Amino acid sequence: MAIKILIPTPLRPSVNQQTELMVDVDGDVNTIIGSLVESYPKLKVYLVDDSGTLRKFVNFYINDTDIRDLDGEKTVLSDGDCISIVPAIAGGVV
Amino acid sequence: MSLSQSELSRYSRHLILPEVGKLGQETLKASSVLVVGAGGLGCPLLTYLAAAGVGTIGIIDFDVVDESNLQRQVLYATSDIGKSKVDVAKQKLLDLNPHIHVNTYQEPLTSDNAIELFSQYDVIADGTDNFATRYLVNDACVLAGKPNVYGSIFRFEGQITVFNYQDGPNYRCLYQEPPPPGLVPSCAEGGVLGVLPGVVATLQANEVIKVLLNIGNIASGRLILFDALQLSFREVSIKKRNDYEIKELIDYNQFCGVNEMTNNDVDDITVFDLKEKFDKEDTFELIDVREPHEYDICSIESAVLIPMGDLEDSLESLDKSKSYVVHCKSGGRSARAVAMMKEYGFQNVVNLAGGILSWADNIDTALNKY
Repeated sequence: MAIKILIPTPLRPSVNQQTELMVDVDGDVNTIIGSLVESYPKLKVYLVDDSGTLRKFVNFYINDTDIRDLDGEKTVLSDGDCISIVPAIAGGVV
Repeated sequence: MSLSQSELSRYSRHLILPEVGKLGQETLKASSVLVVGAGGLGCPLLTYLAAAGVGTIGIIDFDVVDESNLQRQVLYATSDIGKSKVDVAKQKLLDLNPHIHVNTYQEPLTSDNAIELFSQYDVIADGTDNFATRYLVNDACVLAGKPNVYGSIFRFEGQITVFNYQDGPNYRCLYQEPPPPGLVPSCAEGGVLGVLPGVVATLQANEVIKVLLNIGNIASGRLILFDALQLSFREVSIKKRNDYEIKELIDYNQFCGVNEMTNNDVDDITVFDLKEKFDKEDTFELIDVREPHEYDICSIESAVLIPMGDLEDSLESLDKSKSYVVHCKSGGRSARAVAMMKEYGFQNVVNLAGGILSWADNIDTALNKY
């Protein structure tokens, strides 16, 4: 099953500057993000917290719909779906 | 609010637009907008609002102009370095358009002053640079019942939306929580493309004008994403959520963990201590956790470059029994590096407070700074 993942500019240094990645994994958002961070370990700290839950300052959209408006981390994807990762940015100083 | 002949001439390109017209221009003149932050976003935003004839513009910013602001904060000139941002901005805006009023507040926005200040304006535009103030602006807009025209930037990424517009979603509906402190690099560390705030702020100005004139399709419930590297715009939807009820303003530094930034487990040494260690020929290794392109600008002799992102993988090759001093540009990244090394069992590791900038200011003044 082919899923496209759009990587925002702040996270591109963790994926060799790629703008989008294709993953071939069946399952829900959790499984797909799990597979993504396994392939790109530097992404992990930004996407998943110590307990393995998706970070709350990063939003995940499936075809422009927030997964919180679907089934959250358990939202099952279909072939050809596109996941957008959109982290909170504040303009600099944290 | 009627327009003088001088104003009619000035705004003629607006007056012949049916969507604005004389009535719209009078509406703009009678309107008030508060711009929070007179930095990279605030400067172009203020310029366009003043040029468009928004009658009353408020500017709140506690800062003074620094040389490193000039790459993107286009209201300020080289001769303004060291001057109050709100004072310079006011003078430039009144020079651009003497028909408007500019109110300045040279102070930080806080939980104590936000609601009273916001209640004096029709629209609030957020051009701030940190998460604590973003949540404060959001919550105060909700409590004061004001639309919040939001723009934010990081490196090459821009986000634009309008929060709290006609009971629409607010920032907490988009992001429940800020990132944990230290995870995302600061602007001084992460950098920002100078033209990016120009793009984002002009879109904010566009939305401010639309909200004031009640025209077009306001970017409420939509997050517009701008990628400067690809030159692409996308948008995703923001739904209203009720998982957090905003009842009162809180301590936003605490909420964002700003105070946790000072890690008690990390020992600092000053640049003078480091100089003394060099002079006494102490046995230690100096690690520079900046990026290679920063190292190319300036470096401290004998420092070993291990960029922060590679540090964890490199720790196995370092001798835990040795003594280490870690530095970066200004001390933030290196403090996190020291904390990480301690977690991995390094006992004798300290952080260089103030980083290479402090070294350049106090010890090696010939060193390039950035």
